[in-house]
Amino acid sequence: MTHLTDQKKRERIARRAALELYDGAYVNLGIGIPTLIANYVPAGIAVVCQAENGMLGVGPYPFEGQEDADLINAGKETVSELPGCCYFSSADSFAMIRGGHIALSFLGAMEVDELGNLANWTIPGKLVKGMGGAMDLVAGARRVVVTMEHTSKKGAPKILHRCNLPFTGIAVVETIITDLAVIRVTKQGLVLEEVAPDTTVEHVQSATEAALLIPAPPRIMAV
Amino acid sequence: MNKTVTSAAAAVADIPNGATIMFGGFGICGIPENLIAALVARRVTGIHTIGNDMGIDGFGLGLMLEAGMIASHTGSYVGDNKLLESLLVSRSFTINLIPQGTLAERIRAAGAGIPAFYTPAGAGTQIAEGKEIREFNGRPYLLEHALHADFAFVKAWRGDRMGNLVYRKTARNFNPVMATAARVTIAEVEELVEPGVLDPDAIHTPGIYVHRIIQGERYEKRIERRTVRKVPA
Repeated sequence: MTHLTDQKKRERIARRAALELYDGAYVNLGIGIPTLIANYVPAGIAVVCQAENGMLGVGPYPFEGQEDADLINAGKETVSELPGCCYFSSADSFAMIRGGHIALSFLGAMEVDELGNLANWTIPGKLVKGMGGAMDLVAGARRVVVTMEHTSKKGAPKILHRCNLPFTGIAVVETIITDLAVIRVTKQGLVLEEVAPDTTVEHVQSATEAALLIPAPPRIMAV
Repeated sequence: MNKTVTSAAAAVADIPNGATIMFGGFGICGIPENLIAALVARRVTGIHTIGNDMGIDGFGLGLMLEAGMIASHTGSYVGDNKLLESLLVSRSFTINLIPQGTLAERIRAAGAGIPAFYTPAGAGTQIAEGKEIREFNGRPYLLEHALHADFAFVKAWRGDRMGNLVYRKTARNFNPVMATAARVTIAEVEELVEPGVLDPDAIHTPGIYVHRIIQGERYEKRIERRTVRKVPA
């Protein structure tokens, strides 16, 4: 078992998540690991990234000296425009989200459970970040993909039988991509579809509180 | 018709203690810097603020928070304002956190004469507590009510003295919807022009929604997270 740095884990998750993209998809990349997915879009595929603060066609970070205070993504980072980009209000932005026009929403998570419930906006008594657009995104996007490290910094499972933290959405997560595995949420439960090349099914299960279903031998995760 | 007011101070002179005010902006992008500064200078108190977030410590709405002017806040995100987060965790401040799209739509509804609407965002979560829930096509939706304000402070790139506004890039965000949802909407612009200068086909906020407009005196336009690439050699 190799021990990856946090940065390498994040890159691995983003690289695998990018394989969920398809040509012509309109996608929303959340803050953190999801933002990195834009770096790994497979060749020959063109996607349009939405920033829920009101932009389609988000480009990479601007060249030094080109940054513009009026041009940021939902993580408040300066970004650039791609040809064909457009701007709109927050109300229009969430109308397109709520209306099912966003094919894929990638988000981070504090906890996910075997019913596809997601918790990622508050730890009562400790941390209040606010939900931002996450509740709207998970309710409105056609597919919700969670990208996160498989366990907490202390090694505690984040993929649980039931979430302990307040929910962001109920039965909304379709796919979970971590540094160890790719897991699909199904009516029967969590199906372990792919396992990273430097780990084992047994290790993935030991790092996961929820029972993993293995109807077919898991594939080796592309990393 | 001339909605021009001579200064930010004059534009906010009649705002009473206890007023409910909407503030355009996302983070510190597209915020009404001059109007906030003028209100802070007046030291009105008990203000109920509505805005996506409280920006950062020491700038934007954060200035009002630090001056003790705010009685409650309605928004979707607090994560970048450390003072607000600490006030919340210690429960010494009233905050209504609501999903960002629900916030935007409640404001839009207020401006459009829609008293309430159903939305799927937040169904089954703690924000659904106490709300009417109704199923459509087998899926639960929450009843959310229109969100009005006494005043809205909005910031645009260009505007004319009839109140027509044009925003620039992602500085648009909540500004256009908030402009529709208050009894008195006060706009500040980087460039105030004569009627006829702005392309009528490219107006984002029609002047009917704007009651007062000022030429912003100066703009810091700070950047919260400066992220850049190296210029290739």
